[in-house]
Amino acid sequence: MKKMTGAEIFLECLKREEVKHVFGYPGGVVLDIYDELTRHPEIRHILVRHEQAAAHAADGYARASAKVGVALVTSGPGATNTVTGIASAYMDSIPIVVFTGQVPTALIGNDAFQEVDIVGITRPCTKHNYLVKDINQLAYTIHEAFHIARSGRPGPVLVDLPKDVIQARTVPEFPKEIKIRSYQPTYHANPRQVKRALDLILSAKKPVLYTGGGIIMSGASEELKQFAEFLQIPVTSTLMGLGGFPGDNPLWMGMLGMHGTYCANMSISETDVLIAVGARFDDRITGKLSEFAPHAKIIHIDIDPSSISKNVVVDIPIVGDCKDALHQMNDLLRVKPPKDWAAARAPWLDTVRDWEKKHPLTYAWSDTVIKPQYVVEKLYELTKGEAYITTEVGQNQMWAAQFYRFKRPRQLMTSGGLGVMGYGFPAAMGVQMAKPGATVIDIAGDGSIQMNIQELITVVENDLPVKIAILNNSFLGMVRQWQQLFYEKRYSATPMAAPDFVKLADAYGAVGLRATKPEEVEPVIKQALETPKPVIMDFRVEPEECVMPMVPAGKAMHEMLLA
Amino acid sequence: MEPRHTISVWVDNIPGVLSRVTGLFSGRGFNIESLCVAETMDPAVSRITIVSTGDEQITEQIIKQLHKLINVITVVDLSEQEHVEREMALVTVKAEDKSRAEVLRIADIFRCRVVDVSPHTYTLEITGNHEKIGAVLTLLKNHGILDEVRTGTLAIQRPKKD
Repeated sequence: MKKMTGAEIFLECLKREEVKHVFGYPGGVVLDIYDELTRHPEIRHILVRHEQAAAHAADGYARASAKVGVALVTSGPGATNTVTGIASAYMDSIPIVVFTGQVPTALIGNDAFQEVDIVGITRPCTKHNYLVKDINQLAYTIHEAFHIARSGRPGPVLVDLPKDVIQARTVPEFPKEIKIRSYQPTYHANPRQVKRALDLILSAKKPVLYTGGGIIMSGASEELKQFAEFLQIPVTSTLMGLGGFPGDNPLWMGMLGMHGTYCANMSISETDVLIAVGARFDDRITGKLSEFAPHAKIIHIDIDPSSISKNVVVDIPIVGDCKDALHQMNDLLRVKPPKDWAAARAPWLDTVRDWEKKHPLTYAWSDTVIKPQYVVEKLYELTKGEAYITTEVGQNQMWAAQFYRFKRPRQLMTSGGLGVMGYGFPAAMGVQMAKPGATVIDIAGDGSIQMNIQELITVVENDLPVKIAILNNSFLGMVRQWQQLFYEKRYSATPMAAPDFVKLADAYGAVGLRATKPEEVEPVIKQALETPKPVIMDFRVEPEECVMPMVPAGKAMHEMLLA
Repeated sequence: MEPRHTISVWVDNIPGVLSRVTGLFSGRGFNIESLCVAETMDPAVSRITIVSTGDEQITEQIIKQLHKLINVITVVDLSEQEHVEREMALVTVKAEDKSRAEVLRIADIFRCRVVDVSPHTYTLEITGNHEKIGAVLTLLKNHGILDEVRTGTLAIQRPKKD
């Protein structure tokens, strides 16, 4: 085999990992990689306008496609700009690999131009990271990075590539298989634990399934549906788990937590057996920990042992892949003597439905002002619930979660753990790259869209017909809501000006549409969906609308403020 | 006081691993009371001994989070089993006229070694568990400690007796 440069090895590795799309931004130390890229037409590079967007786009791409997303940036500021995107992917367990250029090894530590210790900076927010100092390690390290990103509990991996390593030459050895003695995730759930858990579930009177992003990551939706339907167990999920169970299924209770449904939160307060699957008892879910699921025995299935008994002490822990564990339970159920579960569960499901009827998700209709919830409802209706939705963070995110009834896994991409304003739009670019031809909508606020609005030119340039629905209330809405409820309406730094989004869209070569009255909402959405170009929809909505229900921070889940 | 735990961690002997371990402790608000690290007989592996405090749940989290680091090979909570702990201290004590004999006597009682002598000082090497070293230092303090340095705790499992 002939000698190859580091840049050639890099692209050969991407090819072997079947990477088709790279989101990136060039710079001094990665010039050789970008030069080599010209000889690889099979890999499409999407030039973002800010490196943060490259990381988010790779994240959106990974979520929509179930593949590893890839970003490529230069050293120094190029690298630091990706940190928010990496940290978000880490919190949400999204498999991305970020390649950063680095100054030549001889200059590392010299405070060279555009030098930064990105491996040091990202150590606590990556699943793992590397500085490649020897070209003979390059091929193995890249493949190991992909392996770690996608296996076990997935997550972001960063590979720092010094310029001299990229330029060096060697006869590379491409590994056939990656084996790491200190890293062997447990996929197969312990059958004895599974059986113990199932016995407990079968004895439960008021069981609840509380599911999270793990269902989506492990592709366990079908197993979950079978399990829930067989035993007639009502299902709620975290923000990250939305779409893991069909939003139109009669057993679906809606999201739980701070802005969860009355029904879902009450079910947690009443349940006697809580089955947590691929979720991690985040503070936005549990509210006051000591009063979370006070009557319940808790079963927790998770591939990450450190998630178990981290916040809530668990009665039956099961370490393993959600899909494997649910599959085992379904297999065990098939050989059990038949029982009429619908009849057995009727009293509990009646209670659940009563809660649903008592306080459904709702909002006060207005003939004159557009209600933001109405916009999301209309988006759902006019896309027949089939669109890929990304969100920004804040009220827009919560209304999207509440009023778009996600049917499929990987339909919603949102920055759940880190809560990144500015995530949704670049993520939508990634989704559109992964799913050409699909309808992709970023549900945004006027605040968060301005955090990565520079990417408008990226979607125009690359013909990505992403739709942006701005719920424009001229406020940082969620912070304003807290000020209204807990700070006596002192709106400190939350009223905010925004540009004329219609003109802005026009300036970028996209299409801008505006609705100021309720009757304009439907025509604007219809027109946007029919336009084969990027579109901004500027919905001027009720400025002081609140997301309800709401569990105030530190309160127990049943102590909800209702609309 | 919260219970003390002595945790042994086998890691890949490559740059940056120690900061992954210590960064994990600081980032998650876990305590480190002491830390020792050196290569093992297998030069590809280092062994870190960490003494930490925390209740059962925190210790469980520490061990799980350590396991999660890609470069961590094995983690053992030695406090859960029979083990031996040792620390070492080097201490330079004032020793003049009549106190020279007294310092030597203390050194003798606690089986310290004299590793350096000057007309006015002794430098002693003390090994033992945490408490013993503390006791020796308290006694020597009366004579005037000029300088002292201590290692963290080293710990090893006791072999099973059959």
